[in-house]
Amino acid sequence: MRTDLEVLAFVAVLALATMLTRFLPFWIPARFTQNRLVNVAKRSLPAVILLLLTIYSLKDTKFTNLPWGLPEMVSLAVVLALHVWKKNALLSIAAGTGLYMVWSNGLLSGLF
Amino acid sequence: MPLHLFRTSLPVAFGYIPLGMAFGVLLQAQGYAWWWSTVMSVLIYAGSAQFLAVGLLAAGAGLVDAFLATFLLNLRHVFYGLTVIERYRLLRGWRQGYATFALTDETFSLLAGIGAHPSDDRRFVLGLSALNQSWWVLGSTLGALLGQSWHLPTKGLEFSLTALFAVLFVEQVKRRPEPWPLLVALGAAAVCLAFLPGKAFLLAAISISVVGLMLLPDKESA
Repeated sequence: MRTDLEVLAFVAVLALATMLTRFLPFWIPARFTQNRLVNVAKRSLPAVILLLLTIYSLKDTKFTNLPWGLPEMVSLAVVLALHVWKKNALLSIAAGTGLYMVWSNGLLSGLF
Repeated sequence: MPLHLFRTSLPVAFGYIPLGMAFGVLLQAQGYAWWWSTVMSVLIYAGSAQFLAVGLLAAGAGLVDAFLATFLLNLRHVFYGLTVIERYRLLRGWRQGYATFALTDETFSLLAGIGAHPSDDRRFVLGLSALNQSWWVLGSTLGALLGQSWHLPTKGLEFSLTALFAVLFVEQVKRRPEPWPLLVALGAAAVCLAFLPGKAFLLAAISISVVGLMLLPDKESA
């Protein structure tokens, strides 16, 4: 067990490492961040990162055994379909999350 | 504005509060006073890095190792900053400093997915950053205080963050319907899932995608 001062030093180091990754882009000279190639990439980057975050957030899904990732995939499909249909972000998120919670807490087990 | 901010931030609250609680439970189970969870969520404010920190503390890791591991885990944030830099430059002084400090996956996703607020984007960026962090601080403090004694039916609530990413992805694709960048991202994701599963996924997949995007022919300015 570390002393409070040691833990505080540990926390400060982690805070510094995290802040560095968030402040770095603001310190990079504009000629590196404003050139044509980077601008081209930046235009498409939001969609690309959102897609990758969606995939990453599902990384612990178990596809190889029961329930074969079905709660995740079906709930995600509900979110996407509802959003394309109703265009209401809160409704899509609430419905998909609700279904996922009911399913992963075993409340649908009588049906399957 | 306050109601709009709250509605925008609500899906993040549903994700951050249970995840923060899980972090708080984990940290206090290691024997740390409850307020360490609060301190870490105020000063570090990075979900995956804080879970990593619990492991590093338990393993007795040194400061240099902890610094490097956290830096690499969070290096993906560089791409978030690059994407929002023009918008953040409009904020002044401590406001820009705080918003940059608080640029998490979820806050970036909301800002990138929704676009600029029509009337007062500076207040929107700052307010959303602070509101999102307050959910995280609240969750981790609650988790550490309640410890393992809480039995709320919150299992699966974190799925709201997956749903949020997916919804914002749809919004972004509707705004810019171009298939090639998405195919590049799917390719990068497939390669990274196959060869380096785990914590390196996001940084590696985003980096590969950026290189891929730069190699794609530039249709708009051609």
